[in-house]
Amino acid sequence: MSLLSNAAVLLGKELRTEFRSRELLTTTVVFILVVIVLFSFTFDPTSSESRRFAPGLLWLAFLFAASLMLQPCFLREQNNDTLSALRLSVHDPFAIFLAKLMANTLFLVFTQVVLLPVFSILYNISVAGVFPQLMLVMLMGSLGLSVTGTALSAISAQARMRELLLPLLLLPLLTPVLIASTEATAALLDAKPELRWDWLGFLLAFDAVFLTALWLFGEYLLEE
Amino acid sequence: MTPAAVSPVGIRFENIDKRYGGLYALRRVSLEIAAGECVVLAGRNGSGKTTFLRIAARLVRPSSGTLTFLNNMQRADTELSQTGFVSHATMVYDELTAEENLLLFARLLGIAEAPARAGTLLEEVGLADRRKSLVRTFSRGMRQRMAIARALLNEPSVLLLDEPATGLDPEGVSWLAGTLRQMRDAGRTILTSYHGESEISALATRAIRLEAGSLIADTRTGASLPSILTFAGG
Repeated sequence: MSLLSNAAVLLGKELRTEFRSRELLTTTVVFILVVIVLFSFTFDPTSSESRRFAPGLLWLAFLFAASLMLQPCFLREQNNDTLSALRLSVHDPFAIFLAKLMANTLFLVFTQVVLLPVFSILYNISVAGVFPQLMLVMLMGSLGLSVTGTALSAISAQARMRELLLPLLLLPLLTPVLIASTEATAALLDAKPELRWDWLGFLLAFDAVFLTALWLFGEYLLEE
Repeated sequence: MTPAAVSPVGIRFENIDKRYGGLYALRRVSLEIAAGECVVLAGRNGSGKTTFLRIAARLVRPSSGTLTFLNNMQRADTELSQTGFVSHATMVYDELTAEENLLLFARLLGIAEAPARAGTLLEEVGLADRRKSLVRTFSRGMRQRMAIARALLNEPSVLLLDEPATGLDPEGVSWLAGTLRQMRDAGRTILTSYHGESEISALATRAIRLEAGSLIADTRTGASLPSILTFAGG
């Protein structure tokens, strides 16, 4: 069975189990909502102030939420040793990563679609005019978070201080994604909105490099 | 159940070492299991049985030594899908139903008639009436039946079982022994750890014993087989 069809079957499993339990989505949405609301209480932002700092705040919230969301990604597979069952069943172990990172990206994008209107109201910024471009940036940024986070989640799941290890590894490594996503978002939320292809190109390169590394070396991350 | 005939596959372990830091889980284990043999693996807790089985399943890479699967021409056979593995854990998803679990793994394994195969196995393990129930609602014994059903999905040539009778009631152990007997008679190679179940030991054509990671006894069915197994209980 091909890599893509294996990944598609596993993606179906990821979505089915998540929509059945709703553990990750609920936690992530609530976490980001709390951060956005709490920050909006600390000051009364005007539109111009919001345009300056809100993109960074938004991506920081996504970054912290992603580190929470990615933690159980491989831990769940250890409960009943289902990771071993998957390793014995798939032809290429990259299918396991591919399915998980696609699921994580979808969950993050879903969270962003739900929370962007709330963000728009609380921070006095209209996103309606640039929504498609904004979603492109969100998708590229989320893919970067997911590719790196899924790989590190596989590493940290086998470590002793796993709860601490993932954020410690993930947050510094994702600084380039944070900067690029924030800059691209800020340019779109500016009074004169602009889609910054240079930052999108940077995100695309980041995603491609980490995805290739995961494809080449991911198998070793799953070994006991 | 009448298992389909399979092309016989044997396993050769050559000087297998497995170290975790400074601790040897297995030490220079060499063994050849012929195609179609039913081997029980005895030994006290911590003797290396689980590590040995996980290396055979290619879930754990040995620190040194080689593992080779041999087809009936005694040539190396590396088709991973020919192995079925039952572990301590159930290796199925609690948040999926019995049917969804089997369909998931059947599709990953590329089984052509996945729904039919899943349905047949659910019938055989006695869970057909619970096919739509989430696995988390199952008792330990029912989960173990699911674990065995999952391992049999691809009609493996080699069946590796680590404490397969865990959680099964006496009726379940008899069912398991009957299933393994049919597998053995159909030419499958079986390697199973042993924890005193007489029904399982009765199937054995060979017994081996590990102690502190080393192979200390190996005998074919005969006078010395019961002594190895009795020794195992200690």
